[in-house]
Amino acid sequence: MALRSANSSGIIRRSYLYGARSMSSWWRNVEPAPKDPILGVTEAFLADPSPHKVNVGVGAYRDDEGKPVVLECVREAERRIAGNLNMEYLPMGGSVNMIDKTLKLAYGENSDLIKDKRIAAVQALSGTGACRVFAEFQKRFSPDSQIYIPVPTWSNHHNIWRDARVPQRTFHYYHPETKGLDFASLMDDVKNAPSGSFFLLHACAHNPTGVDPTEEQWKEISYQFKVKGHFAFFDMAYQGFASGDPEKDAKSIRIFLEDGHLIGCSQSYAKNMGLYGQRVGCLSLVCEDEKQAVAVKSQLQQIGRPMYSNPPVHGALLVSTILGEPDLKKLWLKEVKGMADRIIGMRTSLRENLENLGSPLSWEHITNQIGMFCYSGMTPEQVDRLTNDFHIYMTRNGRISMAGVTTGNVGYLANAINEVTKSA
Amino acid sequence: MEATADRRIATLARHLEASSLSYSQINNTISSSPTSSNSSVFAHLARAPEDPILGVTVAFNKDSSPSKLNLGVGAYRTEEGKPLVLNVVRQAEKLLVNDSSRNKEYIPIVGLADFNKLSAKLILGANSPAIQENRVATVQCLSGTGSLRVGAEFLARHYHQRTVYITQPTWGNHPKVFALAGLAVSTYRYYDPTTRGLNFQGLLEDLGSAPSGAIVLLHACAHNPTGVDPTLAQWEQMRQLIRSKGLLPFFDSAYQGFASGSLDRDAEPVRMFVADGGECLVAQSYAKNMGLYGERVGALSIVCKAADVASRVESQLKLVIRPMYSSPPIHGASIVATILKDRNMYHQWTIELKEMAERIISMRQQLFNALKSRGTPGDWSHIIKQIGMFTFTGLNSKQVAFMTKEYHIYMTSDGRISMAGLSSRTVPHLADAIHAAVTRVV
Repeated sequence: MALRSANSSGIIRRSYLYGARSMSSWWRNVEPAPKDPILGVTEAFLADPSPHKVNVGVGAYRDDEGKPVVLECVREAERRIAGNLNMEYLPMGGSVNMIDKTLKLAYGENSDLIKDKRIAAVQALSGTGACRVFAEFQKRFSPDSQIYIPVPTWSNHHNIWRDARVPQRTFHYYHPETKGLDFASLMDDVKNAPSGSFFLLHACAHNPTGVDPTEEQWKEISYQFKVKGHFAFFDMAYQGFASGDPEKDAKSIRIFLEDGHLIGCSQSYAKNMGLYGQRVGCLSLVCEDEKQAVAVKSQLQQIGRPMYSNPPVHGALLVSTILGEPDLKKLWLKEVKGMADRIIGMRTSLRENLENLGSPLSWEHITNQIGMFCYSGMTPEQVDRLTNDFHIYMTRNGRISMAGVTTGNVGYLANAINEVTKSA
Repeated sequence: MEATADRRIATLARHLEASSLSYSQINNTISSSPTSSNSSVFAHLARAPEDPILGVTVAFNKDSSPSKLNLGVGAYRTEEGKPLVLNVVRQAEKLLVNDSSRNKEYIPIVGLADFNKLSAKLILGANSPAIQENRVATVQCLSGTGSLRVGAEFLARHYHQRTVYITQPTWGNHPKVFALAGLAVSTYRYYDPTTRGLNFQGLLEDLGSAPSGAIVLLHACAHNPTGVDPTLAQWEQMRQLIRSKGLLPFFDSAYQGFASGSLDRDAEPVRMFVADGGECLVAQSYAKNMGLYGERVGALSIVCKAADVASRVESQLKLVIRPMYSSPPIHGASIVATILKDRNMYHQWTIELKEMAERIISMRQQLFNALKSRGTPGDWSHIIKQIGMFTFTGLNSKQVAFMTKEYHIYMTSDGRISMAGLSSRTVPHLADAIHAAVTRVV
């Protein structure tokens, strides 16, 4: 019996007989991964026992009591679909019904592009999934291209294009001094980028800054894109949520479409329909003609198939139901406006509170910025003080999720911000 | 056509009015640019071929014949040929709809915690030492495909060996899932066309000559597409070989409970490997056994040597998931968790699951009998020996094409039929088609 032998053949025989117990883990070199900078904030918040704690971290809407909201139109849609349908696989490209209605939101109810079937579109796993499928598609069919990403942007954008192995470049966007748009540098970057570059643009309610170009600025950007032959990829995660009017929030896209750009677009229903966890979205690419759109769609499906085969049905069904039934659609538009209005109200309130406290700094940007987020201009150290001294949770880039601000906590929040910034 | 031209002219006119620069000025500047807005950066694309499996349903839907039969995709059908939502699933859905405290917030990147725990218990067994010792990292994923892909991406980043061995043949999507994750794909012999059973000798030889540490994809039960499973004795031999060579097992479990009718029995091979204390990966799907196909519910479990390893592994899995889709969908996993955690509902589920498995077993018997009674040439006993949703008939692609054209039978060209798509009513039609194909087409 070589069981107790210390030599290598003995060890092999021993493991053969006893199974794998004697071997060490394949994963002993696996490092613990850093926490996600955004989602880690909520984890820390949940762990905090303080009764004063405020979560203005992750971008999920809260009502004025600080509670998550399921829209009434969604609850009603759930009731209408419950028990009626089966759970068969959707086609690889997702729900055609949902896609049709979703394209109308972005491209316009009477869009020629839709009528002419020039848009290749697939249902995606919310905004993240749409961006990722596009990034993989970009890698496959424009392998020499890079993606120009605004500074700053949602942190996961970098992860998405990195994992798709598309090299990244940045372009100027946020102007820290004015807490607004650095338009001149942005235009320089657009002009200096090699012709035919791929750009990631936030259609509205820029995340994390809340700073959007004006209509005039969008027109100039679009013109310059035409001159340079750049490709515009719009990430639209907040349509309806920014101004309260979905048509208005799609203005940047419509400007580009009018100028004849063949854009790409990621749409998400996470925020504007409150369908976060359902993971419903859409990726679309404008093509030259119907034949090309068919080809492009088929290739997009080839990317989804080895990732998840086909997208989840439930959320898509909710969207189709809400957008397809006039009473529900009307209700949705009303509720989306309600959410946007509450946020705009909180912006006004936060700014007024800070001004009334006699803060030496300017807080104009709170009401100039739009959408769920406010880029406060606070430093990471100031944010740490907010968390450690006041139990206020936000991402260290100073981004405040206005959706987490309520009439109940705006005073406390303003006071805390004033405390940590008054000696700045 | 005319309406389109009119609209285009109208758009152009609007453009000419609104723009501060004249259209011709813009046109002149951009005509020399390599990628003007008139041409797409993706103009060079070819249309991708239809997916070989899902494409079958596309073709089936286009056929207007009243006798058409869809034996392509592996989705369960009732005796009436209808999709089935389990009663216990409808019950769970009702509970969820009526629970006004539920919201639709993002769930964690790794999915619902109770879903993950219950899924691990389901496949590994409630008393699994690996679970009790906290050595299992489980993450909710998008059904089997998603679980495989996330596992493959994790291995490509953190595992020292870059080759995965898959059975010959295997589910059509397997090679792409692993290749796109950055792994090299090799095959090991599995199906023996002459016996229509397992080529066990070839399997042992191929795994025996695999490089140490290579990843091995194993179908936990109800092999897709062949329906040929190793016996428990053969599994034990495979386990010893795999462990002696330090190969890393990656189980694809898409049919637990669906194969034999017993959840525990179908999980035996997986539990055998976990019992020896070694590491492995398991991809679980609830598409078939809970009928949740389109909801995309599944889980990836990585069984590790130690609890702290499992914890680090889980943290790294999050980094794979976040840039793919941020977090998994809530609906299907909520249904599963509701059922698995309630004793009565769980019991109800096992009953409905057994009924589905038994209907399929009965279809196998009926098809076998029908071919025998027609005197169809050949040995058709593999139909009743194979297990699970699929039968690898042994028909070649010419015979399949013939059956589609003449008898409106839709199936994949490798000769695989989904028994779930058969009913007592349609068995005779299929038997006629097979008989004709075998006697007229070679």
